[in-house]
Amino acid sequence: MNAGAVQDTASPMRNEEAQITDDSRPLVLAARVFVGSKVAMGALVLLLLLVFAALCAPWITPQDPYDLGQLDIMDGRLPPSSVGMSGLTYWLGTDDQGRDIFSGILHGLRISLGVGVGTALIAAIIGATLGLVAAFLGRRTDTVIMRVVDLQLSFPSVLVALMILAFLGKSVWNVVLALVIVEWAYYARTARGAAVAERRKEYIEAASCLAIPGWRILFFHLLPNCLPPLMVITTIQVARAISLEATLSFLGVGVPVTEPSLGLLIANGYQYMFSGQYWIIFFPGVALLLLIVSINLVGDRLRDILNPKGVS
Amino acid sequence: MKSVARMLALAGTVAMLGIGAAHAADKLTIGVRAAATSIDPHYHLLNPNKDLAAHMFDGLTAMDQNVHLKPSLAISWRLIDDQTWEFKLREGVKFHNGNAFTADDVAFTIDRVPNVANSPGSYAVYTKRIKSVEVVDDYTVRFTTDGVYPLLPIDLSMVFMLDRETHEGLGTEDFNSGKGAIGTGPYRFVSFQRGDRVELERNDDYWGGKPEWDEVTLRVISNDASRLAALLAGDVDIIDAVPTTDLERLRNEARVKMWDALSMRAIFLWIDHHQAEGATFVSGPNGEKFSENVLRNLKVRQALSMAINRDAIVERLMQGAAAPTGQFLPEGAFGYDPGISSPAFDAEGAKRLLAEAGYPDGLRITLHGPNDRYVNDSRIIQAIGQMWERIGVTTKVEPEPWSAYIGRMTRGDFSIGLLSVGTSTGEASNPLRSVFATTNPDKGLGASNYGGYSNPEMDVVVEKAMGTTDDAAREALLREATRLVMDDVAVVPLHIQKSFWASKPDLALEARRDESTRAMEVHRKK
Amino acid sequence: MAIWVLRRLMQALLVVFAMTLIVFMAISFMGNPVDIMISPDADQADRAKAIAALGLDLPVWQQYLRFLGGAIQGEFGRSFVFNEPAIGLILSRMPATLELAVTATLLSIVIGLPLGLYAGLRPDTALAKILMGGSILGFSLPSFLIGLFLIAVFAVELQWLPSTGRGQTAPLFGIQWSFLTADGLRHLMLPALNLALYNIALIMRLTRAGVAETMQAEYIRFARAKGLTTRRIVFVHVLKSILIPIVTVIGMEFGITIALSVVTETVFAWPGMGKLMIDSIGVLDRPVIVAYLMISVLIFVLINFLVDIFYTVIDPRADLGAAE
Repeated sequence: MNAGAVQDTASPMRNEEAQITDDSRPLVLAARVFVGSKVAMGALVLLLLLVFAALCAPWITPQDPYDLGQLDIMDGRLPPSSVGMSGLTYWLGTDDQGRDIFSGILHGLRISLGVGVGTALIAAIIGATLGLVAAFLGRRTDTVIMRVVDLQLSFPSVLVALMILAFLGKSVWNVVLALVIVEWAYYARTARGAAVAERRKEYIEAASCLAIPGWRILFFHLLPNCLPPLMVITTIQVARAISLEATLSFLGVGVPVTEPSLGLLIANGYQYMFSGQYWIIFFPGVALLLLIVSINLVGDRLRDILNPKGVS
Repeated sequence: MKSVARMLALAGTVAMLGIGAAHAADKLTIGVRAAATSIDPHYHLLNPNKDLAAHMFDGLTAMDQNVHLKPSLAISWRLIDDQTWEFKLREGVKFHNGNAFTADDVAFTIDRVPNVANSPGSYAVYTKRIKSVEVVDDYTVRFTTDGVYPLLPIDLSMVFMLDRETHEGLGTEDFNSGKGAIGTGPYRFVSFQRGDRVELERNDDYWGGKPEWDEVTLRVISNDASRLAALLAGDVDIIDAVPTTDLERLRNEARVKMWDALSMRAIFLWIDHHQAEGATFVSGPNGEKFSENVLRNLKVRQALSMAINRDAIVERLMQGAAAPTGQFLPEGAFGYDPGISSPAFDAEGAKRLLAEAGYPDGLRITLHGPNDRYVNDSRIIQAIGQMWERIGVTTKVEPEPWSAYIGRMTRGDFSIGLLSVGTSTGEASNPLRSVFATTNPDKGLGASNYGGYSNPEMDVVVEKAMGTTDDAAREALLREATRLVMDDVAVVPLHIQKSFWASKPDLALEARRDESTRAMEVHRKK
Repeated sequence: MAIWVLRRLMQALLVVFAMTLIVFMAISFMGNPVDIMISPDADQADRAKAIAALGLDLPVWQQYLRFLGGAIQGEFGRSFVFNEPAIGLILSRMPATLELAVTATLLSIVIGLPLGLYAGLRPDTALAKILMGGSILGFSLPSFLIGLFLIAVFAVELQWLPSTGRGQTAPLFGIQWSFLTADGLRHLMLPALNLALYNIALIMRLTRAGVAETMQAEYIRFARAKGLTTRRIVFVHVLKSILIPIVTVIGMEFGITIALSVVTETVFAWPGMGKLMIDSIGVLDRPVIVAYLMISVLIFVLINFLVDIFYTVIDPRADLGAAE
């Protein structure tokens, strides 16, 4: 029904396809096509750099922004390249707690990436499974699952996050949990839409006739053919989860304040928009922008390669 | 994108043509942070409701900018005997519909206050000590109180007078629709859009002289940055609760003028005294649980207080929008004790005290607080976390929205939490009775005593003060009680908030100390 | 068809019922709204009285039964804060949110569709690449930040548009709308654009993808070979075939747009139901939260329903029965 509810497909590959004839191993092929685009390569390099920086944050940052003992409000709101009381140079300035913005950004990247990728993957697994099951079993199961999806989609994420916070307390994991609860429904819908369209096709009917067990059809035949639209929304949802986490922080129900994500740094800096102390919001904002743009550019390109014919 | 640009340009032209009209001569638009929830002045006791009601209604008495009592609909009052107050009413006062205000209306109002249906916060708080009302003549009324009650004139400043003839039988909805929105105040009701705006117009027959503005609009803009933007864009004339983050820049900004007043709101940390066994959120340096409540040790409390650099918080985080304090009233308030200064910051001394108390290796504490309630609340507790870390107390800081925080606080979930006390009555018995007195529901004591603090010696002093009608003697007793709880570090006082307003440069504001904003106190500069 | 509609309706009611149960219980356990709303000057007796006045002294299951009993008679509870019927309160704030969401959706179609078409038909031009790159920005930065940025540029610095609020309204069918007055439109502009940004990007990308795919299809090649003009091919055949996924997404996103308007309404002090919702969550005003969710579930069900009907109109092969 909602086939390709969120779809975004390839611009057909023109000349690259013609060039690649010597090696037909799919991965090598894909890699070569990828390298063919300068923009995508640039984005990939940037993304890898960001991921690397995030992973190594504890070892390469001058300050541990999560250790209150290392912060000092007397160093608060210093402009870029100031020298603090401890002799440390703050290249990108500090926020009101005296947190080095550069260290904060790298650590924040870790959390934001973790939240974004974690949410998207967990939600994709749960959502896609339920969506496929709904499409495959049909009837009652389908109805129940899809109505739960309706319920979920109409539930404001803020309320979900606030409830989880009230019951389980604040933590990065609870934010992921809240976001998964909000996001799985998108995947369920998309997966079901694609699967319903796919199920009508002959090969599935043939498989059914051959008495192949249902779960095998589901996971070995239906799933692979529903992957493209799911991958499409996954890249968008990583970005969406990161930005939604920022929004939750803005509304006071995000990650713990002492372990700021990029989103929380931005939500904090938001209050400094008119203060003239631009660095508190500018640098985290740029970092978030680079992260999401690079994820999307890489995602777009991957999709083009894995799915040259587009989603039906 | 081209089309967007064109549309914006078009809209911009329209906007510029409209600017002149928005600047109409005697129209005042106030951008406020918090929304009034009702026009009914007896429905929900909440600061924005009181502020709004003060424009349309009057009490027998009123509070001036410094939270000192002044006459309003009553011109004088005196005690006849220990339990009877006599109030003389102002003559010739008219309601907006022309009805005269008389003593019978006072009796009606006192009778109505506790009987407003579905009230989530009743004004009966201020009338419950009145046992009976006697109408002596049209302009004299006597109140008999339940026991000796020196605070009655103060309490009555919060009770807005209604007209028996107009308001008999009217419910809250009738006020919100405008039908019952008839008082004696300087402004008349025009419209109420819930959560958005209230529009008022001048009451030309006001007993206190002709009000300055033809029309007044109170607009709710709850987001701090947006409210400031609305002022800078010229959409509103004055805003309350200016975010402290922008104070430094705004002081040098020609487009706005700043106004401030030290408020009656003290910010403090409450401490769990109640739990006999180990406090939930306090443990040894390696996470080991204690069998006794460490926070009951005076030296630990003193150390935690001494470790806090209040001047740094005020200067760096609040950008000067507060005054460090060692008590819960600002200078000049009734019961303020000039002998109690803000505790001196001494990290070394704090470390020594901790060691003397038997914790030379420090402690682990989780500090809780709201993140949407007080000015910079979550920033303050993070800063305190930093300071405690420096005396060897490993601190976890967990701010959360007020709606979640207060639920857990009421259940006694926390060990140390950020809280404030805003003394609406302007005198010390109010916080002493609600925050520090031993909890006693029958006497209405200790309703905000979340730490379960109990100091029988102080309870006696406060009770004695409440039975003392002589002001000087009562103030001395209140000071004594204040010293008792502060010497005992019952709570850790931090600072008194300053309220900030920003206006267009051609306006002047008489800033109030009760955090309230009133059109009557905004003037055009001559 | 009638049976299908009826069945859908029954399911919707079940969903609403399940939702009320979950939310009612969850909010009740979160805390007592009286603790939030009551004045610090009140003592324990005052508090107990307020709790009793709002019926919060009963066990939660009894409160829920009471609510159900009222619901059957069309009485969905009164707001704790405003002491007015919760449904009426939300309906009074709904026009503001609806006109914001509809304007945002229109903006996203008016801007997103042509740009997407262009990028799909001329994928190799520099402009197309810039457009597609720019579209990523649409869902990169959180909307609260873009919102304040719009205010800072267009209201504070340039002073072209008003910063916040809803402006002048005019009545239509007895409801106040701001899109009917010049002042109201000016107030609507920035928040609608803020809310639309994500969808503009989404529709742009969908359209481009759809066009690129369709142009390769057999029947389009055939139509070209037959000598149809490009204009006719694009506006009749291509548009028709990409409309299905776009309509689906617009339908699905419209509900989400309403849900996300919370943020835009907060930043722009727009008096819609999203702002009411967030304020109600702040004081645990349970009747309003429950009523809001009931209405919002119904809106979702209605939109899905309309989208399904729309399919049968533009694509007769779609089978409503199969949808279930």
